[in-house]
Amino acid sequence: MLFELERVSLRRGGKPVLTDLSVRLPDGLNAIVGPSGSGKSTLLRLLDRLSDPDSGTVRYRGTDARELDPLRLRREVALVPQLPALLDGTVAGNLRFAAEIGGREPDVAHLLEVGGLDASFATRDVARLSVGEQQRVMIARALASEPRVLLLDEPTSALDERARDSIEATILDLHHRIGASIVVVTHDIAQASRLADWVAKIERGRLVGQGTIAEVLA
Amino acid sequence: MGEVAAALALVAVAVGISRWRGAGLESDIVIAVVRSFVQLTAIGFVITAIFDQDTLLLVVVLLSVMVVFGAFTARTRAREVPDALRPLIIALALSAVATLGLVLALGIFPATPRYLVPVGGMVIGNAMTASAVALNRLGDEMHSDAARVEATLALGATSRVAAAPSVRRALRSGTITLVDSTKTTGLIFFPGTMVGMLLAGADPTDAVRLQLILLYVLLGAVAISALTATSLAYRNFFTPAHQLRDTGGASGPDSANGQAGGAIG
Ligand SMILES: Nc1ncnc2c1ncn2[C@@H]1O[C@H](COP(=O)(O)OP(=O)(O)OP(=O)(O)O)[C@@H](O)[C@H]1O
Ligand SMILES: [Mg+2]
Repeated sequence: MLFELERVSLRRGGKPVLTDLSVRLPDGLNAIVGPSGSGKSTLLRLLDRLSDPDSGTVRYRGTDARELDPLRLRREVALVPQLPALLDGTVAGNLRFAAEIGGREPDVAHLLEVGGLDASFATRDVARLSVGEQQRVMIARALASEPRVLLLDEPTSALDERARDSIEATILDLHHRIGASIVVVTHDIAQASRLADWVAKIERGRLVGQGTIAEVLA
Repeated sequence: MGEVAAALALVAVAVGISRWRGAGLESDIVIAVVRSFVQLTAIGFVITAIFDQDTLLLVVVLLSVMVVFGAFTARTRAREVPDALRPLIIALALSAVATLGLVLALGIFPATPRYLVPVGGMVIGNAMTASAVALNRLGDEMHSDAARVEATLALGATSRVAAAPSVRRALRSGTITLVDSTKTTGLIFFPGTMVGMLLAGADPTDAVRLQLILLYVLLGAVAISALTATSLAYRNFFTPAHQLRDTGGASGPDSANGQAGGAIG
């Protein structure tokens, strides 16, 4: 099992965001679906130990996440946040920075290619990119540490259909080419069925169903 | 004391302007005048006593009290920084000890209360302003840049690396006021020490010499305090597991007032 959440609860600002949530996500292609405000992003951040639950356990490949070194976990399990948040400077600068943190040799050309960006983007200032382009750089940057798992939070919510299709193709390609497991958060059921084999559905911080696409989204 | 009373005429002008234009500062001005009178009179007695006793122990006590008061004052401008008091006390104390220590070691001033009290007071006052401005900025930065900081953490960066851009900007804003005013010294404004010495009848060259020494000492003090305060305080935004703490984003009511000018000597 890739991730297992056992009776996880989390409060934010005094109100419950996740309540008694038990979720299993196997290796492969996973989606977390649910309406806006249901706690999807909060759940995804737990998988990367960007926060810890108030109660309950999060396990990554059988080990309690609290026992793992968060820095090593995050290099192995890369999270791409919902909103692009690049560092000031060029695209290549961001990619090199991430590779350095991940302890890898930066291969800017290769990262741009898997992110679906052409080589001319290397020298572009990130402040002058469209949101869709920034989102791609975020994905490319997350790959710089050569992660085994990719957590994607609404990777296409700000994009038109064509850009969305092309990012979805990139995600599937990543899974097939480097064998990375994927957890994608989306409010779009159709997208979940295009991208995932296994789905967890949450509403108001509670699990309302998990299983194969056919079982849950039928 | 007659001259002091006469100078109150200018306070009356300030109150008049505030009332005339509806600036609503009348009561603040009165409070400021009363507080400055009480505080300076009191410190005048304290300094007289310390000069009379001529022991360094009392100097240390006085400067320590200043450090603590300074840290509490600075904290009111650093409300968005969790537990800002400890970093501020350490920053002020360290900058006072380091600069005064260096000043004595280099033989710039003799180790007597007559020098240590005023120089120490100025060092702590400027260190306070600088660290307050720096931490105020740090709070704003960490708040507005939270998404970027967390995205950097998600790459596997330590909190130190993730906070570095914010810390850098905070350090810069804490130090830059004094750097800028040092640049324009003598052109656009006369610093207080020089004015005081000239008014007291000192030779202009002596006044300039002392003022330069103090400006350079203060630059060091300000840099040390802003560096110490920011390098300690950024940690309070994170958990030991390199997670951004949920500070709830409560913005302090004073957060816009952080850019107040430096109390330069
Ligand atoms: N720091 C916080 N303080 C208070 N409440 C928070 C905080 N973070 C999230 N919440 C609340 O937790 C709930 C879940 O938020 P979350 O971001 O996980 O939702 P989501 O499912 O990702 O929504 P969306 O699809 O809109 O991104 C929301 O009601 C949100 O208001
Ligand atoms: Mg979300």
